[in-house]
Formats: sequence, structure tokens, C-alpha cells
Amino acid sequence: MMAVTEAPRIVTGRLEYEDSHTLERYLATGGYEGLRKALGMSPEEVAHEVDAVSLLGRGGAGFPAGRKWSMLRKAPTTYLVVNGDESEPATFKDHLLLERDPHQLIEGVLIAAYAIQASRAFIYVRGEFALGLERVQSALNDAYGHGAVGRDIFGSGFSIDVVVHPGAGAYICGEETALLESLEGKRGFPRIKPPYFPAAIGLYGEPTVVNNVETLSNLPWVIINGSEAFTALGAGRSTGTRLFALAGHVRNPGVYEVEMVKTTFRDLIFSPEYGGGVPGDRDVKAIIPGGVSAPWFGPEQLDLPLGQDEVAEAGSMLGSGSIVVMDDTTCVVRAAWRITRFFWRESCGQCTPCREGSGWLEKILRRIEDGDGRESDIDLLMDVCDNLAPGVSWPPQQTTICVLGSSIPSSIASGIRTFRDDFLVHVKEGGCPYG
Amino acid sequence: MTATAHLSEEIVARARELVGLYPHPRSALIPICHLAQEQDGWLRPEAIDEIAALVGLTPAEVLGTASFYEMLHTEPVGTYVISVCTNIACMLRGAYELMDHVQDALGVRAGATTTDGMFTLEETECIADCGRAPCLAVNHRFVGDVTPESFDELVDGLRAGRLAADIPPHGTLARVRRAGGLRVDDATVRSEREAAAADAGGGA
Repeated sequence: MMAVTEAPRIVTGRLEYEDSHTLERYLATGGYEGLRKALGMSPEEVAHEVDAVSLLGRGGAGFPAGRKWSMLRKAPTTYLVVNGDESEPATFKDHLLLERDPHQLIEGVLIAAYAIQASRAFIYVRGEFALGLERVQSALNDAYGHGAVGRDIFGSGFSIDVVVHPGAGAYICGEETALLESLEGKRGFPRIKPPYFPAAIGLYGEPTVVNNVETLSNLPWVIINGSEAFTALGAGRSTGTRLFALAGHVRNPGVYEVEMVKTTFRDLIFSPEYGGGVPGDRDVKAIIPGGVSAPWFGPEQLDLPLGQDEVAEAGSMLGSGSIVVMDDTTCVVRAAWRITRFFWRESCGQCTPCREGSGWLEKILRRIEDGDGRESDIDLLMDVCDNLAPGVSWPPQQTTICVLGSSIPSSIASGIRTFRDDFLVHVKEGGCPYG
Repeated sequence: MTATAHLSEEIVARARELVGLYPHPRSALIPICHLAQEQDGWLRPEAIDEIAALVGLTPAEVLGTASFYEMLHTEPVGTYVISVCTNIACMLRGAYELMDHVQDALGVRAGATTTDGMFTLEETECIADCGRAPCLAVNHRFVGDVTPESFDELVDGLRAGRLAADIPPHGTLARVRRAGGLRVDDATVRSEREAAAADAGGGA
């Protein structure tokens, strides 16, 4: 009954070893063989191999990595920047990869840098990841010593330096243009589009590719095993495996690598190998399928496959690879309030709808939760949401420079549309029925 | 540096190395702010002046950038900054109940520092350790599956100095050292790329 597949673990295979972060373990488990193979190919061949596997970006937007690379404007100086600023609430997969398999990331970075012939690579690591920063820098130091980074890598004639860069605490810096501003030593303000892609104008104005940690961590396996082995996994555009960070009301929260499309939300949440079901065998009230920016699903969508297009067609997104389970004791007003409070705190403040709207929404939700709400507040919430994302539809319309603003209505609209009675009870009873 | 220099020679030497890693000095601004906090716990005005000189900006530009970031403190903080996550994954697993206990145990509300200067309590956003919710961080070292009892033990350990090896004082970069500077000069990389581009163009 459980469709837990036999797919290989592409990015977490090494994690069974306690010392998975060391160069010794990495080399003993095939480490840097992908890089050696890639350096024996032409950069175009490497890029073609990655384009052929339909490696959808694992950061949140799901844009194919190969296509991103192909858009890079030809210029004497180009950069590769790694987005390791994982901050979407309940997303904790890149954190794991940074701490537990930093060499795999570095190898992926070097393969990508070679394919796009980058002049320098920067690994932007979320500032709060103190251990992750230590592990990545330490691994990089060892990789230099091994001849895998720096001058004339493995005698191939290809040279590149890689720099580890710490962030300093700002959710918005996960937005790639804000990340570039931050890397330039500025406030993390997303840049006005167009240009839509840093591939045209990126770091210091030069063409830049920004890729996510998990995306790049797939590359060593792809190069060693070939594109056909990768596309044999998953289905449609959603090829390979993907990491899902499972949190909330499940017996075994954690990060699981599963085959895309062949696995469903139900498999992930209930299989004993993964989530192990809901504590107390309570009913699922709602799930957040792809980070708190995503519209919620109800129990009727549990059998949806974990595929990018499948989830999009059902009105949400796989997003950042985070799945939060909420059981039937969950107050949706409180959940929506906490998520909205997050966006309010993290809005960079450039755009009025986001800066002001997030605060209004937080206050209205707070007063409903505290029992001071009015019935008209429910329509007021939707009205403010409409100012942030006209029509409050999915995918959302945007009134702001970046998608933070248009992501704010997701939890509120999901809560109101599916659980309007929960909101009404708060108003009528003058408080939260869930205590 | 003059005798009145505020940042230590070691911090300044590390800061200069950082500046050398980037095509533009300003990129080293945030990493250097982390180093300054390693020394002082927060960004003292004297430190901001010296950071500005290191990266070629005005002190106002440094402060204007630093004040954007949660981890960069423009006011003094305690020896240990305890950041309790209350975001959705932790909330569903009792984070606010834990926060009540933490506030009682430390005798301060979130946002405040204990009178002995030992602890600053923060209510933080998701720190990406949700597999062990509810979780918190002490000076950015993560502690998961926190209960009221385990929190009390943690605080006792910190007060008694038993956890010094696990949780260093300030600084996300306190144990991060790059082994040497850049290994390839920009001119080498540039000539290699131009040669590669010429080869690709010639083959097309």
C-alpha cells in the first residue's frame, strides 16, 4: 500500500556515517570523482548533462538549473553564488546538508563553476548556522589541500577560488537579488525587476548564477551516474529525488529524501519509515505543503504525489521542500497569525503593501485570536490580502518588488476559505476555543 | 593602528584577510561586523568607526547596513543570547509554553537582558532545526527537543561554565578560519576564462 520506492539516496547517502562531513569519509565514498569526471569533459558537455536531467531548483521557485545556466550573459567576469540562506519557516534540509555533507556541496559548486566558467564562487551561508559555517569552511580548507579547489584543479588547467560568506539574520536574503545585495555588503533589499534574472545583471553588476544548496549537491551524482539514471527517477518534469523537511504534528519529524512524484504526501507523513503518522492517531486538519508561503491543503489532498507540477495544479506549491502537519487540535487563527507575524517581522520595508499590510494583518489576526475580533474582520483580512495579491489567487498576483508580499495571504486565505467557522467561533465566543 | 584602536590586532588582521577575499571591500562588511561582535558582543560605536575605515565607508553607512540584520546588535547584549523559536513548527510543539517557562526561569521578558548581564532572551524566527522542535539557540549553537527541565539544566550549565567548550561566547565566525587568502589571482582566472571562451568560439 505504501509507495515507498527503492530509489537511491542521492544527496543523503553519506549521512549514515557519523563523520560524513570529513574529507576522509568523503574520499572513501567516491568523493570528488564527479568533479574529476566533469573536468575531463568540456564545460558545454557538463552543462548539457545537467540541462538534460531537468534538475528543478530545490530552493523554492523550482526553476530548472540547466536553463538558469544557459541564460548567463557572456562576459569576461561571471560569478556563481550558492544560496545557503535557508530561512523559510519549517525548512531545514539545506541546514542538514551544510553541516553533514559540506564536501558534496563544494564538489557540486566546482562542477557548476566549471560548466559556466565562473570567475569566482561564493557560498552564502545563513549567519545563524554557526556549525554549518564551521563545517563548510573547514571542508573547503581541506579541499584546497586536496587540490580540488584553487589553482589548476587536479591538473586540469581549471582554476577557481571559492569564498564562504556568512549572512547576518534576514529571511529576505533568501530572495536571490536581496542575497546579492547582502553579499555586496548592503541591506538585503530585493532589486527591482527587470532584469528578472541575475544571469543578466548580478553580483557587482556582472552576470551571476544563483543556485540552491540542495540543487548543487545533486551534481556529483548526476555527473557520475549520468542523466539517464537521474531521469529514470521521478516523473514528468519532477525528476530525481528531493529532500522534504517534515515538521509539526508527526511522530518522527525530520528530513527525508524521497523519489519525486512516486511518493505522496500520505506516504511521507504516515509511512513508518518517514513521519510515522500523527501523534495520538489524531486526524489531519491541514498541511502546509511547501513552506509558509504556500496555500494549505486539507486531508483530501493527502494522496497527491510529491511532484512540482502535480502540486501546482492542485493550487499550491512544493516550494522550499517543507511540509508542516497540523492535527485537529490546531487553531488555524493562531497558525495564520504566527505565520503572518513572521512575514511582518521579516518584511524588508521597501514596498508599502507588504510593510504596512503585514502589520495590519498581524494585528487583526491577533485581536481575533484574543477574542476582541468582529465578524467584519474576516472580510477586512481578505480585503488587505487583496491589496497584497490582487484576487488572492494562486499563483498570486504581485504588488511588490519581490514575492514576500504576495506570499503573505496564503495562510490567511487558506484558513478563512477552509475553516471560516473557526474564525467565526473566535468572534462569537470572544476567545480561542482551542485554549 | 594607533594606541587608541578599539578592535584588537588579531581581529583587524582577520578583517584585512576578509577584505582581500572580495572584488569590492564592502562585501567584507557583514563578516567583519561578526568579528567585532566576537570581541565586544555587540557593535560598539568605536568598532563601527574602525569597520568603516576598513571597508571604505562612513560609520553611518556601516550602522545603516548593520541595523538591517537581526544578528548584528547595535545595543549591548548578555554573554549568552538565548533565541527561542516560536515559529509555526515549534509553536505546534509547545514553543509558547516553553517561552513562558524560559521567561519565568530567567526573570526577563523576550527582548531583555538579565541584570547580571549573563543572558539576553530573544523570541526568534525559525532557526531551521524543526526536526527537534521546540528548539532554541544559545549564541547560535542549536539545542533541540527542549523541555522546561532540559532548559533549566542548560542554564545551570552555562552559569557554571560547564558548556564553554560547546558554546563559545559571541560570534558566528568564532571558530571559522579560512586557511590563507585567495589561492588564484584574478588575472590568472581571467586569462584562463578568455582562453576558454576563445576555444569555444573557435569551435562554433
